[in-house]
Amino acid sequence: MKRIIALARKEFLHIIRDTRTLVIVFLWPLIMLFLFGYAINFELTDLPVGILDYDHSASSRELIREATSSGFIVASEYLESRDEINSGFRKGKFKAVFVIPRGYELDLLKEPVTKVQIIIDGADGATAATVDNYLKAVMARLNLKLIEEAIGKAEPPIEARIRFLFNPQLVSANFIVPGIIALVLVMICALLTSIAIAREIETGTMEQILATPILPSQIILGKVLPYLFVAAVNAAIILLVGHLVFKVPMNGSWLALAGYCTLYLLISLGLGLMVSSISKTQQVAMMMALMATLLPTLLLSGFIFPRESMPLVLQYLSYIVPATYFVEVIRGVMLIGRNYFPFEAGIMFGMAVLLLAISARMFKVRLSDD
Amino acid sequence: MISADIDTVPKTALDNTDSSAPTDFAVLANKLTRRFGNFTAVDHIDLAVKPGEIFGFLGANGAGKTTAIRMFCGLLKPSGGEAWVHGLSIKKKAEVIKRKIGYMSQKFSLYNDLTIYENLEFYGGIYGLKKSEIKERSKELLDNMGLQEYRNKLTSALPLGFKQRLALGSAMFHRPSILFLDEPTSGVDPVARRIFWEMIYELSENGTTVFVTTHYMDEAEYCDRVSIMVKGRIAAMDSPAELKKKWNGANMQEVFLKVVET
Ligand SMILES: Nc1ncnc2c1ncn2[C@@H]1O[C@H](COP(=O)(O)OP(=O)(O)O)[C@@H](O)[C@H]1O
Ligand SMILES: [Mg+2]
Repeated sequence: MKRIIALARKEFLHIIRDTRTLVIVFLWPLIMLFLFGYAINFELTDLPVGILDYDHSASSRELIREATSSGFIVASEYLESRDEINSGFRKGKFKAVFVIPRGYELDLLKEPVTKVQIIIDGADGATAATVDNYLKAVMARLNLKLIEEAIGKAEPPIEARIRFLFNPQLVSANFIVPGIIALVLVMICALLTSIAIAREIETGTMEQILATPILPSQIILGKVLPYLFVAAVNAAIILLVGHLVFKVPMNGSWLALAGYCTLYLLISLGLGLMVSSISKTQQVAMMMALMATLLPTLLLSGFIFPRESMPLVLQYLSYIVPATYFVEVIRGVMLIGRNYFPFEAGIMFGMAVLLLAISARMFKVRLSDD
Repeated sequence: MISADIDTVPKTALDNTDSSAPTDFAVLANKLTRRFGNFTAVDHIDLAVKPGEIFGFLGANGAGKTTAIRMFCGLLKPSGGEAWVHGLSIKKKAEVIKRKIGYMSQKFSLYNDLTIYENLEFYGGIYGLKKSEIKERSKELLDNMGLQEYRNKLTSALPLGFKQRLALGSAMFHRPSILFLDEPTSGVDPVARRIFWEMIYELSENGTTVFVTTHYMDEAEYCDRVSIMVKGRIAAMDSPAELKKKWNGANMQEVFLKVVET
């Protein structure tokens, strides 16, 4: 125990003396979070739309109200003439313009087909597509309503009602932020620990430590504890920012989440230790740690691409990616408010124990072989 | 020609291949061998170091000194032969041996981003010393080295000679009875080397066995006995005086060259 404490203490001193790394460790996750989080937020809410209403009728106001009711788009500007459209786009006052022609209300009653015009700024392709889809949906809903009014209470033959439970506005931040947390934590942990051991092997101090009576398992523990602490503080900061700034709801228990986080952190630290006990230099260790965490977590965990739509091979592969379970759990706790994940927790616990045991073992093999 | 001069070792000690080897020797090796692939770095070496001796391990770069020392310290498994440290088999009792020895590797082994005191604290802690012992011993060591007022300075700020002495101090911080020093003075200026060797003498006088490798031939003169290693084998072993007589050399430098040439 004394030995583990001595090692952990020393490791902690390394961490706090190396201010540059410390700054990166704490700032980088936040930068990632803000980049991803805001990029996604902008795309889907409060999209400014200009309104050019030539009709000024009850029906045209109804159309506008209907279109802006969900908060996806807001009427940012009421225009007087078509001349204002181009300059408005150029100044970025709106991303789309709704043009309601004179006689709209009258046409609605008399003509079989009534036309309104929607002008979308195509420069931002993704936004354009979103606006296009959204406005089409609005029109469809409005049409249905008009039909009902015209021919009385008619049941449409087929009606698809898609309701998104737990994330009713499809706010992607809710979906993405937990994924980013999973990604950032595994990368930070694996990188830090892999460097921690590779550095000592490279400078030769590991040789000195191995000549003392300390056991490999004690070395592993002494190395893991300080980084677990740093990573836990980091995780807490990211979670709070996700919750307070990005409004990711917290429907479950913080305590349960802390427990799952600890498991996940242990796995990530184990991964870093394993990588570093098989690589010869800090550089190699860093590269391996990045490769083992970044792509699998990004692509396979279901953090961006739903696992259900992956090719079968990748789906199987995703079962060995720790983040697959953690993303499931963190979304469950935060969005659904489900606190018990015995299956996922069991697997994560197994992974943590396995990885830490393997790295202790590899350590032993390594020191007797070269 | 290989003249492994081992007549100080009783025949029985060398024939003894089990772990119940006699404890009269601090270090005892019997046909100790280490191969890396096809290459034999240490080739059937026999040696016996008496307790309290300063034993010099001489040899050019790549002769196999470090490989041999790492085996004695339990850091590397032998490919053949056997060796005992304090009568403990290096194959079976490596973990026990580690508690009784001090080791200073050929790379600088203190942490530059830790202060002098934090380094000592770490090595004390890792050997399981009590806090009070750590305090007492570091005070003694730092007083001896005249470093007391720098104890909270980063180790990186120390001149190399001081660093090496501090490394020696931490290698013997847990008071081992045998010290293995692997090229402790390489790159250090002559004056600092002189001071370093005074430290070694002091340890030896207090009964510590010192097993030291070097490629400085003047340092060989300070040893009680030296062995000269050539390509993994021990080519000569005796006291400096005897070696000079036998090889007809004015100093160890001449002896070394003659041994290597044969
Ligand atoms: N881990 C290893 N793998 C392969 N060869 C090694 C290893 N360690 C040492 N050697 C080789 O063994 C020889 C002896 O090395 P070493 O014991 O370090 O010599 P010395 O300490 O006398 O300079 C060298 O040729 C070196 O290249
Ligand atoms: Mg060497």
